[in-house]
Amino acid sequence: MHASFLDARSRIFLVILAGAATLVPILFLAVPAGSALHMPAYLVALFGKYLCFALLALSLDLVWGYCGILSLGHGAFFSLGGYAMGMYLMRQIGPRGVYANPILPDFMVFLNWKELPVTWWGFNSFSYAMLMVLLVPGALAFCFGWFAFRSRVTGVYLSIITQAMTYALLLAFFRNDMGFGGNNGLTDFKDLLGFNVQSDGMRAALFSISAIALGVGYLIARAVVTSKFGKVLIAIRDAESRTRFIGYRVETYKLVVFTLSAMMAGVAGALYVPQVGIINPSEFSPANSIEAVIWVAVGGRGTLVGAALGAVLVNFAKTWFTGALPELWLFALGLLFILVTLFLPKGIVGTLSGLSIWPRRNPPQARPQPTPAE
Amino acid sequence: MSLAKDDSTLTSSVLYLDGVCVSFDGYKALRGLSLTLEPGEMRAIIGPNGAGKTTMMDVITGKTRPDEGEVYFGGVHDLTRLDEPSIAELGVGRKFQKPTVFESHTVEDNILLALKAPRGAFATLFGKASADQRERIDRILETTRLGDHRARMAADLSHGQKQWLEIGMLLAQDPKLLLVDEPVAGMTDAETAQTAELLREIAKDHSVVVVEHDMTFVRDLGVKVTVLHEGAVLAEGPLDVVSADPRVIEVYLGR
Amino acid sequence: MRMTRLIGAALGRAMAGLTRKAAVAGLAIGLLGGALAPCAARADAADDVLAKFATDRFPDTEKGIQDLAASGLATGPAMLEALNGNQLYFDPASKAVYFTNAAGELIVARTGAKADGVAQARLKKVRMNNSVRGAMQAAQGALSLMSPDPAKRLSGAESVFKSRDPASLAAVETALKAEKDARIRRAFENALAAIVATDKSQDEIKRLEAMDVIKERGDQDAASLLSTIAAANDGRVKASAEEGARAIQSRLALWAHVQNVWYGLSLGSVLLLAAIGLAITFGVMGVINMAHGEMVMLGAYTTFVVQEWIRSHNPALFDYSLFIAIPLAFVITGFIGVIIERCIIRFLYGRPLETLLATFGLSLMLQQAVRSMFGANNREVGAPAFMSGAFDFGAISITSGRMWIIVFALAVFIGLLLLLRVTPFGLRMRAVTQNRRMASAMGVDTNRIDALAFGLGSGIAGIAGVALSQIDNVSPNLGQSYIIDSFMVVVFGGVGNLWGTLVAALSLGIANKFLEPIAGAVLGKILLLVFIILFIQKRPRGLFALKGRAVEA
Repeated sequence: MHASFLDARSRIFLVILAGAATLVPILFLAVPAGSALHMPAYLVALFGKYLCFALLALSLDLVWGYCGILSLGHGAFFSLGGYAMGMYLMRQIGPRGVYANPILPDFMVFLNWKELPVTWWGFNSFSYAMLMVLLVPGALAFCFGWFAFRSRVTGVYLSIITQAMTYALLLAFFRNDMGFGGNNGLTDFKDLLGFNVQSDGMRAALFSISAIALGVGYLIARAVVTSKFGKVLIAIRDAESRTRFIGYRVETYKLVVFTLSAMMAGVAGALYVPQVGIINPSEFSPANSIEAVIWVAVGGRGTLVGAALGAVLVNFAKTWFTGALPELWLFALGLLFILVTLFLPKGIVGTLSGLSIWPRRNPPQARPQPTPAE
Repeated sequence: MSLAKDDSTLTSSVLYLDGVCVSFDGYKALRGLSLTLEPGEMRAIIGPNGAGKTTMMDVITGKTRPDEGEVYFGGVHDLTRLDEPSIAELGVGRKFQKPTVFESHTVEDNILLALKAPRGAFATLFGKASADQRERIDRILETTRLGDHRARMAADLSHGQKQWLEIGMLLAQDPKLLLVDEPVAGMTDAETAQTAELLREIAKDHSVVVVEHDMTFVRDLGVKVTVLHEGAVLAEGPLDVVSADPRVIEVYLGR
Repeated sequence: MRMTRLIGAALGRAMAGLTRKAAVAGLAIGLLGGALAPCAARADAADDVLAKFATDRFPDTEKGIQDLAASGLATGPAMLEALNGNQLYFDPASKAVYFTNAAGELIVARTGAKADGVAQARLKKVRMNNSVRGAMQAAQGALSLMSPDPAKRLSGAESVFKSRDPASLAAVETALKAEKDARIRRAFENALAAIVATDKSQDEIKRLEAMDVIKERGDQDAASLLSTIAAANDGRVKASAEEGARAIQSRLALWAHVQNVWYGLSLGSVLLLAAIGLAITFGVMGVINMAHGEMVMLGAYTTFVVQEWIRSHNPALFDYSLFIAIPLAFVITGFIGVIIERCIIRFLYGRPLETLLATFGLSLMLQQAVRSMFGANNREVGAPAFMSGAFDFGAISITSGRMWIIVFALAVFIGLLLLLRVTPFGLRMRAVTQNRRMASAMGVDTNRIDALAFGLGSGIAGIAGVALSQIDNVSPNLGQSYIIDSFMVVVFGGVGNLWGTLVAALSLGIANKFLEPIAGAVLGKILLLVFIILFIQKRPRGLFALKGRAVEA
């Protein structure tokens, strides 16, 4: 009766991802531009972006849906991963910048800086940059969690200070002297691993890698939540002090899952940046992080698949609205927040599995409502 | 973890409280509580509301730090310096007044989580339940008569079943000392009697502290009774002796 | 960043108020001063001066410039202006002096009348070298000392104080004798003292006396002047100057702290206003209202609408616009608060994280609604007369707007405290806060209390918005910029404790202002955020936390 690692829902999800990872590049590269089946470049980038958001939502679901940590600062981990990738891409520009400085990015030349700040060292190496994509968000989450969880900051207090964390980073990254491009952020990327980031091949590859990253992220998350560790997480979510009294060091568990989740968010950000072509401080904006929370809520927290689904659905709606009825988008998003919390607390996937429409062999993982006070 | 004093009662005791004081914003929940529990002993604690029973449990399990006083476990472990998980690891199990089981886990998983096993994050992340552990789970489910419900969600259990599941979780922890807070609150008479039997069974190889209001139940247990009043021990002894004490009658039995 | 913008806006308003007032006052004094100024020049002196411009020799021209101020020639300033632009001429034959004015007309310097029938081709330009130019600039300063415009006289005195050119000595003395305005007189005395104190040819006793005057002035300029004197002299003059500079510096350092405290109090009162409503909804009711900032924003827009109405219907009421807006904002936002509580919040009690999300959605909708109705740009909200202006307090200047906002914030705080302490509603609200079930059993309609309490919190946010409309930009994003700060204040102060909110708001405000000069505005704010994050982790329940079992549960 133990939740199996790859249940029917997981298999469907992974098959769809694998299908997307192969089909989209084919439709984009192999199908001639005139054909009705041809996928235009902008759609590939758009869907690639959705997949990155899905990975961010997945990471958020891991901490919120399974451990009850409502992070309003996951956008910060996403952005830090994005900046790490952006810094690599900036260094790849080399002498092709406006000021043609082989070492310094344009904005540093503009600020009259003479040498590369320490924070930028090593970012010309792809493997170093990728290491930073994982380590920087992970380290921030670890330090933050180390203090927060040990002193038992929980519930809304934790949410508020995670929000303050991303707000502080937002302010910090706006500063020019931080050395991350200030207001304008990092942009005008040229190459990734020697290939042009704008090229069709690179776009298709980035899309497929995003799909694979989402799949791997899902498998990791799934492995975590179906292990005994995952059961402890749910126990912490439902009755934190009880979990302590039977001998689990709650703060360690939270710290591990929070750090892991932050790293996943960092990877999502790193894949996002080359596909949209820019990273700037507004990605740290607290509103972005809360928006990610609503993706998870819409899809159904504590379901993993739901989080990914919610991210794609909400962002699809956003794309449609901002094209067709731009002034109504915030109304729709706001209404979505209210309606989901009031009428669909388990989200789409959670509600469907409650109705037994969704194939399942395991008891529902979603949290019973109403929940005890945090 | 130095010994506070060379005292034979301390070294031979499983639980030793001396002069414990706790106050919340000026309200003194415990004022110099002293209590000693021998290994293998079962003790019933009674007392009116606000006598400090739950606060005492909180102090023993590390939830509340006492302002003053000594709390030792097994004669050597200073519980005032440890937090909840460490105390639980030492072998102190606690059952709450309100049954708190993990509602979105199955009965079996509840027991599995409580089962004595490495508690570290990496052990749980990569470890697998052994055959021996499965056997223990089966045995506990049998003892607590939850074998037929093992696949049900804990949230779906009846109140009495939840109480039993919680006791089952305590057994799974295999603690040296069990703290049981009002185990029969809200139970039917039959369930109460069964619970008393279960606790006596447990007390054969564990030390147990039971906090209870239900006098019939305390009588059924047939053990030494400690009466708490205003955060200190008022009387101690067999139930018959204690209930004859005029001070106890005045504050607690009140008739 | 927002803080600096906030201060900038406030400062701008204060300055605007100041100059408006000064202009009115200036006109009045100008009329008087014009009558008293030595306009009747002695004819012979004027002719002598003018003759010097006609010799075509630099030393003569320089002398002429220096005497121009003392001559009291009415066209003097215009002549210097013309000389500056190479537009001063003389007739080599008649030795008469002419200049071209701003309109390009040729004017006779002696009379100020138009020079009709004079052929400009015959005239020669008055030439300049560096020495002449220097003299001209000094003379311009000296001449402005006689200007009918008191603001010009004041700035003239200040420029003499800074240049401390001994050549201006006579002009300053003349101007001082004629001056009636006490403030300008002091400026002249200062200028005089600066000249005397720096002039090594002066008697030492006189110089020491002059330095006493400078010491009394006591500002940054005085301190730097004294330091200069100390560096250039020895003996008693040096000692006295050094001692004076030191004394002024330490006094100024003290006042800088006073100023920081004042700015801090001002910022703190803004934070208090923004946070105090949140202290009710979050602290007392346990509801996370992310739309709180939007209530503040709606209050600010209420002020805007009231002022628009007054402008178009009854401009005389403008000075009372805030008094109309305050109750109106309270009622409007309070009513919206009650509706929110009844339609959304009440279904989410005990689920604070869900409340947070739902109210965040609400905040998005309110922002967009306001954006659709009023546009995305900043709206102009005016300051009534009593909010404008400033006065000096010691070495710092205090703007009325800022002062009244502090007063208002404290008044709101005290009012709320009284409401909770002495009214039946307050009693019921505290009862519900402490023990909902018990209060309900005692016959308190907890639903009603919840709705009213939420309405109260929102209403206070609304009146905070009225106050904030005076110092911040009124835009749909107004609320967003306050929400995180407000949460920080409430959490830092300790949830459920109004006094904690007060102390937290004021101490964060002051800390911010003391950090700003050291770390810069943005970094200061980041440091404070980091501090609060660490603080909450040390004391998760804030500064003034309730302790005990009830809270733990």
